[in-house]
Amino acid sequence: MAEIVANKLTDIGPPKYDEMWPEVIKNNYGKWLYHDILEPGVMVHVSETGDKVWSLRCAATRLMTTMHLEAICKIADEFGDGFFRFTTRNNVEFIISDESKLEPLKKALADNGQLPLGGTGASITNIVHTQGWVHCHTPAIDASGVVKAVMDELFDYFNSHKLPAQVRISLACCLNMCGAVHCSDISILGVHRKPPVIEHSHLDKMCEIPTTIAACPTAAIKPSKVDDFKSVQVNADRCMFCGNCYTMCPAMPLADAEGDGIALWVGGKVSNSKHMPMFSKLAVPYIPNEPPRWPTTVETIKKIVEVYEGSAMKYERVGEWAQRIGWEKFFEKTGIEFSHHHIDDYRFAATTWRTSTQFKW
Amino acid sequence: MAKLHDTPMLDELEKGPWPSFVTDIKKLAEAGNEPCADLLGQLELSYKDKEGHWKHGGIVGVLGYGGGVIGRYSDVPELFPGVEHFHTLRVNQPASKFYKTERLREVMEIWDRRGSSMLNMHGSTGDMVLLGAFTEELEPIFAELTQKGWDLGGSGSALRTPSCCVGKARCEFACIDTQDICYNLTMEFQDEMHRPAWPYKFKFKVDGCPNCCVASLARSDCAIIGTWRDDIRIDQEKVAAYVNGEIAAHGGAHGQDDKLDIKADVIDLCPTGCMAYVDGKLEINNAECTRCMHCINVMPQALRPGLDKGASILIGAKAPILDGAQMGSLIIPFIKMEEPYDDFKEFVEKMWDWWDENGKNRERIGECIQRLGLSAFIEACDLDPIPQMVKEPRSNPYIFYKEDEVPGGFERDIADYRKKHAR
Ligand code: HEM
Ligand code: HEM
Ligand code: SF4
Ligand code: SF4
Ligand code: SF4
Ligand code: SF4
Repeated sequence: MAEIVANKLTDIGPPKYDEMWPEVIKNNYGKWLYHDILEPGVMVHVSETGDKVWSLRCAATRLMTTMHLEAICKIADEFGDGFFRFTTRNNVEFIISDESKLEPLKKALADNGQLPLGGTGASITNIVHTQGWVHCHTPAIDASGVVKAVMDELFDYFNSHKLPAQVRISLACCLNMCGAVHCSDISILGVHRKPPVIEHSHLDKMCEIPTTIAACPTAAIKPSKVDDFKSVQVNADRCMFCGNCYTMCPAMPLADAEGDGIALWVGGKVSNSKHMPMFSKLAVPYIPNEPPRWPTTVETIKKIVEVYEGSAMKYERVGEWAQRIGWEKFFEKTGIEFSHHHIDDYRFAATTWRTSTQFKW
Repeated sequence: MAKLHDTPMLDELEKGPWPSFVTDIKKLAEAGNEPCADLLGQLELSYKDKEGHWKHGGIVGVLGYGGGVIGRYSDVPELFPGVEHFHTLRVNQPASKFYKTERLREVMEIWDRRGSSMLNMHGSTGDMVLLGAFTEELEPIFAELTQKGWDLGGSGSALRTPSCCVGKARCEFACIDTQDICYNLTMEFQDEMHRPAWPYKFKFKVDGCPNCCVASLARSDCAIIGTWRDDIRIDQEKVAAYVNGEIAAHGGAHGQDDKLDIKADVIDLCPTGCMAYVDGKLEINNAECTRCMHCINVMPQALRPGLDKGASILIGAKAPILDGAQMGSLIIPFIKMEEPYDDFKEFVEKMWDWWDENGKNRERIGECIQRLGLSAFIEACDLDPIPQMVKEPRSNPYIFYKEDEVPGGFERDIADYRKKHAR
């Protein structure tokens, strides 16, 4: 240990990218001409040098063991000269330059059983998600379990190209939104619905009261003396359950079995293609937490996808579709109930109210 | 030997066609891995309670770094001693997440010996996330990782590990060298990454084109997005081949049988209406094109971005906490982004200086810009206001003028005024 610390290296940074490239990527860097998706999960990229690479994209659990990762490495050793990559959305991609290995690789993936092909083109690819009950301290829901339940149900959209356009689903287990669900076609968001429960006997010991008060975006927290303890009070009417106070002060937990659940959001996108990038908008304010398979959440998402599939025009993303038909039609077609929670009452709310006589019945 | 817990609820997640993390973790638990067994046990308890079982935070780290390690302790350690400590290490991923298996195994070997064998491949920020170590293992893990050429990423109020799309390595659309930019910035700003000194976090993400596959414009304080200034390159023969149904539309994204309808799928969907198909030739009025990528996406063999390539820089994207979600705002419409990226870094230093000076505790740069105004920000960065920076000019009349902008300044004499105007 002493020896380890004495020889300490710091700030060396990550390995350089080109060390991680297969030969064919090295030879064709920046020379790619075009690509073609041969079947769900299988792409070919053609270079101006005449070289071709086949990329096989597979579903993956973002949360994985070294045992699973070793199985992936073995496949990469056998077929991909010891190289592979992950996509932004946590899919695994094997890249090969020898066409004769294509069918054997597909067979090896099928034999593995945990690496189904898909996620290309007009499909639903892997759900970008966060940590949930597996690792974080602020979640309202689990992450990996919800993703598994949703993707099991949407699997036919993962390994096919039958949607009008690609649909990106993301999940974040609390309003911190580590999963950046604020710009996805469909977003699953863990929400709290009760103000923090305050541990007055410990608050002053565990937290700095002024920073705790300053942490609240709605100024709902004020100093207070409770049973001779220096503590704080929360004005419940002003609390929108963001959890920011808990981030600053462990004596103010929000988690609650009955209070917590899922909100669904739709229509966001990040690409600039056709329409400008859009934020996701509220579809369902609350669905109860239903481990282990969250059936109501799964069914509602499936319904949205099916209605979109049947009603959107080709190339139209979920948000483009909803905007074209109008949000009133979105609620009608999906059968989702519109409530007062859908009407924004936070800052900048007025920008979302209708200021026109143009509407649909 | 690890104690295996009953997990009736989690077992339900072993069903179905999507890969199951439960099956995966169970296999290691059954092979004797105690953290894996206890992780499943604690997760099952969370499923039953519908509440998580990790304590809030916990300050841990490695010597010399302020970030890169996130502390985590179980709140039921007597039930699940294997995850009593379950600290995370963020390991800086190679650009675009390419791996040589031989190198990845270096990390896996250390992690099997000293950690839980559980990972996230990858965290939303980009890093490889090693999930679950005891406090006393952190320093040795860090030392062994760096000996093998792996470093930690960022956490806390510091620069977060930059990330990028696959770019030139395997995408024909890439207008900039996303991997080199990502690597270069990561190396240049190691100190900013490992020693938190800012009001809050700051993220760079690099996308090779406006398709934004790493969602840079929604998820990074500074989005670097490849684009071009000249004309879209057209191969008219390939256009004809698309029109004649010889090439599948959209690179096969809707199946190999899917043919392109040049009017419905391309001309009519161009958001600026700048395309026409006349006498068997595709025409683009490039002066009107906003480089949205749609036509290029649907005819990848016929159309290509122009040759005068560079990047657009958008600042200030963030998730909702605290002041609402924001997308990045276009600050620099075009910059060449050529190695060694000095002009870009000059801009970055100015931006950080301004934020460091003006940002409140836990205020992202986007929020700081919102509070103090876009004008103040671009002035601090020595940039001139141009129409590209806004969607439309303001519609409210409350315009702030500075004293030196108005002839005679703000000081006036009420007596002079009264000479002309009775009280
Ligand atoms: C309509 C056109 C397209 C749109 C709107 C689009 C959008 C997206 C989005 C939103 C993502 C996921 C970003 C995230 O993780 O949040 C993504 C991923 C990706 N897209 Fe596209 N995309 C388009 C076309 C293409 C095409 C034609 C290609 C192939 C050259 C492509 C290659 C990729 C790749 C490789 C990824 C994963 C990137 C990575 O992990 O490095 N995209 N795309
Ligand atoms: C102490 C509380 C927090 C913890 C423990 C935490 C933890 C994390 C972790 C572990 C990640 C990596 C995500 C992953 O691997 O899934 C992450 C990313 C992220 N965090 Fe947090 N976080 C906290 C607070 C916040 C806050 C307050 C915000 C809002 C400003 C926030 C916004 C994000 C975002 C947007 C990402 C994703 C960034 C990206 O897409 O690159 N987090 N956080
Ligand atoms: S979204 Fe919230 S609960 Fe989920 S990992 Fe991020 S901070 Fe934790
Ligand atoms: S949860 Fe948010 S709104 Fe409610 S008291 Fe805490 S910081 Fe304030
Ligand atoms: S952002 Fe553009 S260049 Fe990068 S992978 Fe996506 S489509 Fe390709
Ligand atoms: S890139 Fe977009 S705006 Fe430009 S011509 Fe193509 S479809 Fe039209």
